[in-house]
Amino acid sequence: MRGVRHYPGFGAVTAGCLVLLYAPLVVIAVYSFNGSASITQWGGFSWRWYVDVFTGPESGRFGQAAWNSITIALLAATAATVIALSAALAMVRAGSFRGRSATFALVNLPLMVPEIITAVATLIFFTAIGLRTGYLTILIAHITFCIPFAYLPIAARMQGIEGVYEQAARDLYATRWQAFRLILLPLVMPGVVSGYLLAFIISLDDFIITNFVKGAGMETLPTAIFGSVKQGIKPNIMAISTMLLAVSAIFVTLSYFINRVGQRARG
Amino acid sequence: MAGGAASGGTQGREYRAVALPLLLPAWLVIGIFMVLPVLLMGVYSFLTKEFRGGVIWDFTLAAYDQFFVYRGLFGDEPPTLEWTYITIFWRSIWQAGLATALCLAVGFPTAWFIATRPVRTRTMWLFLITVPYWVNLLIRTVSLKFLIRDNGPLNEGLMALGLIDGPLPLVNTNLAVQLGLFYSYLPFMVLPIYAAVERYDFALSEAAADLYAGRWTTLREIVLPAVRPGIVAGAILVFVPSLGAFLAPDLLGGAKTYMIGSLIDEQFRGSQGNWPFGAAAAMILMTLVLIALILYARAQGRGRPA
Repeated sequence: MRGVRHYPGFGAVTAGCLVLLYAPLVVIAVYSFNGSASITQWGGFSWRWYVDVFTGPESGRFGQAAWNSITIALLAATAATVIALSAALAMVRAGSFRGRSATFALVNLPLMVPEIITAVATLIFFTAIGLRTGYLTILIAHITFCIPFAYLPIAARMQGIEGVYEQAARDLYATRWQAFRLILLPLVMPGVVSGYLLAFIISLDDFIITNFVKGAGMETLPTAIFGSVKQGIKPNIMAISTMLLAVSAIFVTLSYFINRVGQRARG
Repeated sequence: MAGGAASGGTQGREYRAVALPLLLPAWLVIGIFMVLPVLLMGVYSFLTKEFRGGVIWDFTLAAYDQFFVYRGLFGDEPPTLEWTYITIFWRSIWQAGLATALCLAVGFPTAWFIATRPVRTRTMWLFLITVPYWVNLLIRTVSLKFLIRDNGPLNEGLMALGLIDGPLPLVNTNLAVQLGLFYSYLPFMVLPIYAAVERYDFALSEAAADLYAGRWTTLREIVLPAVRPGIVAGAILVFVPSLGAFLAPDLLGGAKTYMIGSLIDEQFRGSQGNWPFGAAAAMILMTLVLIALILYARAQGRGRPA
């Protein structure tokens, strides 16, 4: 059996692939603990750049940017998850209807259009309707492109749940709302949480679209980092990057395990 | 989305009566803030530019004219083809194509390797491949730049080992941009190919081996045609975002690696910008993406048994 599955060198390519994917991240994480002010020389292990991020001269700017990033990500992920859950109910639980595949294409449109095009189009739109670019415009743009990221795990999860449970509840005189809240929602919850976490990360990470619609003086973490690295990679940027990296890794790991626990409970 | 078509059966039609209000928020949000803006961008590409950024509502073909037609420095020469922007687009297509080929060359063996692991460890391998994708693209690109810059850890390490005498000038080259694109979108190549290999019936390979086909002949003649839909899907998922990439060329490249993303970005920065021209360039990029997607749909259609 092993014979036809095994190709010499494929394992080595995979190993190389993983090294390539992780090496830059590991290097930046290691150097963020560098005690030296020079980014090229290793000056021993130290927390000084992490302290610098929170108390240093740039802490105000980064604090404000982090606050904007986190609140936008929370609001955008919440709105996108609600919209996606509602759409998934109709797409998965309403049989087939006219415009179903068109709706599927529409919901996934933000995934297909290159980011730079979405960015330009959104900026033009907000300018044309006279909405000042700032916090609100970033939030609206984020809600829009987060929808497919929330939708896909929710719909996938919902497709795996048979209709018989809700039917049983309905036969026992539960209202549609009760059947949803007490039966379907708990079953689909791992998908909802997974979708929410992914939407949150996608919002927190976005640079290109945010950079177009943020307006002057408004910063999120990625745009603040981009502004800084244009003048060179400083150690405090590496510390911030490492913290963001850790947040992303934690969220994705959570999302992965929640989904797996859900699948096990189901199977 | 395999279960999509059959969803009417086992999952019921409980929400049929309220389907419209359930779908309305998604339709409205994506319709108003995504579809409408793209249409408006199309309109803007036919407007007249205003000098402080923005537009005057006078319809003209000036933006497309500037893109395609050269009339000399003072606009009095006979019109010829303008090569400046076509060159930038051509370079982008070429770079994106090369990045796609590179991702395929590395992504296929990786996907194959993962798909042939025992079921229990497969998800762990997949997880390892996808984690970097969820890490901020900006941070990944900055990290890569830090690693490969002239006095960065890679060059210092190679010099310490005595493999090279001076630092390899990697940053600001096509190679660095390639590496950046490859690094950004590799998981997009691995995942669809993995899905295809996982469904592949290895009995076909065994039959080929029984008939004295060598390992690599089997790969070329049997496996590749069978997993083609996955390869095509991966190629499109890498090619499309690479084409409009902004961060990798901007941070890792230099003037010689200028790509579409930077060209468009520049048109919307400050008073030097030209909004209709930027909108036109974005429309042309979108046309290229649509062509790629149509080719994709046709390739997928052909790959399926009738």
